[in-house]
Amino acid sequence: MSLSADEVKKIAYLARISIKEENIHAYAENLSGILDLVAQMDAVNTDNVKPMAHPQEMIQRLREDKVTEVNQREQFQRNAPATEVGLYLVPKVIE
Amino acid sequence: MHKKSLAELSALLSSGETSSVELTRYFLDRIAMYDGDINSFVTVTEEQALQSAAQADKMIADGKAQVLTGIPLAQKDIFCTQDVRTACGSKMLDNFIAPYNATVVEKLNATGMPMLGKLNMDEFAMGSSNETSFYGAVKNPWDLERVPGGSSGGSAAAVAAGLAPIATGTDTGGSIRQPASLTGLSGLKPTYGRVSRWGMIAFASSLDQAGMLAHSAEDCALLLQGIAGFDEKDSTSVDRAVPDYSADLNKPLKGLKVGLPKEYFGEGLDSKVGAIIDEAIAEYQRLGAEMIEISLPNTHLAVPAYYVIAPAECSSNLSRYDGVRYGYRCEDPKDLSDMYERSRGEAFGYEVKRRIMMGAYALSSGYYDAYYLKAQKIRRLISADFEDAFSQVDVIMGPTAPTTAFKLGEKADDPITMYLSDIYTIAVNLAGLPAMSIPAGLADGLPVGLQLIGNYFDEAGLLNVAHQFQQSTDWHRQSPAAYN
Repeated sequence: MSLSADEVKKIAYLARISIKEENIHAYAENLSGILDLVAQMDAVNTDNVKPMAHPQEMIQRLREDKVTEVNQREQFQRNAPATEVGLYLVPKVIE
Repeated sequence: MHKKSLAELSALLSSGETSSVELTRYFLDRIAMYDGDINSFVTVTEEQALQSAAQADKMIADGKAQVLTGIPLAQKDIFCTQDVRTACGSKMLDNFIAPYNATVVEKLNATGMPMLGKLNMDEFAMGSSNETSFYGAVKNPWDLERVPGGSSGGSAAAVAAGLAPIATGTDTGGSIRQPASLTGLSGLKPTYGRVSRWGMIAFASSLDQAGMLAHSAEDCALLLQGIAGFDEKDSTSVDRAVPDYSADLNKPLKGLKVGLPKEYFGEGLDSKVGAIIDEAIAEYQRLGAEMIEISLPNTHLAVPAYYVIAPAECSSNLSRYDGVRYGYRCEDPKDLSDMYERSRGEAFGYEVKRRIMMGAYALSSGYYDAYYLKAQKIRRLISADFEDAFSQVDVIMGPTAPTTAFKLGEKADDPITMYLSDIYTIAVNLAGLPAMSIPAGLADGLPVGLQLIGNYFDEAGLLNVAHQFQQSTDWHRQSPAAYN
């Protein structure tokens, strides 16, 4: 399997990762190599096999719907790149 | 001091022959003296460590000490530590000060173990050589031109060089066992769900598990006691009683049934490594174990399935790094999309970007069935192989890694060759089983690890099997000459 430059750009967009034009070839080559490795799975018939998402056959634990956390906004926002009056700032999205 | 076991250190502390402050100072001095070459620590928390040590000394004086109280340790930089930078080997989190402690950290703090600092690692735990770290490669104390393995490379190098008595690690596809093998340590990856993942920065959530790298199985047992157990904050934590992991260490191995998977001894295994593993197996026979050849027929599919499942989970987990709430943000974004794409493009390293992209592709519309669903079905087959094997045997043995430590740069440009260095460890994570690597000998002066795989929640059994080997051999006491 060999990915084209356009496919690599599409995947990079899906992942929201900007990649430099000069690196596209290397990504195409590496990702194609990984896809070739992964293609070994195709040799096995898995028609009647139940997919396994997780090592434990467990049921999602539920908890009572009540407030258990205290507000720590100031502490959490200390790690934010840009905030103002308790809000996270991002580039303008609505004109 | 750096050659003593945790039990010996604990005895010295309780008899008053040394104090936690003295012991902590001793290791901080060794870090200052030796870590310049090794690069195993990304942050040394000297002041905090000495404060905790003073508190531990008070606990000891007040008769409130437990076995681990006062013994310093180092934490892999994947565990959130309150008020201390937690960077996970990435430029993305270079400025991230964790607002809370991981459960593992919280438990060990409460026991009174001073934290010496945070350990270097592959970026977001993605790597097998510790070369993908934003903070530079870690060097193997046995040979500074070689890698210590990864992703817990800093943990391995620090303990191997005697810079910390013990260290935490995490294992998603071999990240505790492979570095333990390459640096001559005992490393344990517990059963998935045994140790809380809360506050442990996620890579692949259905595979990640916390454990430790230490000088012996006995030391692993003591630390596992400190971190195992149910945690309601981790939705996949298993609510199951925690046994006394030291209780069975001395049980004789007579009659133990050991499975040797023929797939672990074939092509790709270095002949010198293979010879050392054969010798270790012979030692187990002398200890009374019975060897049974078994087959894990889907072994060759573990690496392919893993490189769909782990990247898929990673692409989902790492979508949180968007430059909004924490982490790196690019300069002057022209709009929201530009901010996401450039922040991620500039702050993630190549391996992380490759895996996120691989995962995004495998999960994308039109490819989901062919990749992700297929890999989940293969995962079932791999897991069933182990289930069959454990109906016949008590423990499975084989090599941890196909070779000894390789040279820095040797595999760095070829992801596939790098991925294959985890060929014997990855299946265990897919199944969720516990496993260890213990030192079994030296090949051309470099450590070789023997892998022990146990049934679900049989950490005590694994530790017993490992400890008995360490009672009759002294490979675990070997250390790199430059750091004696």
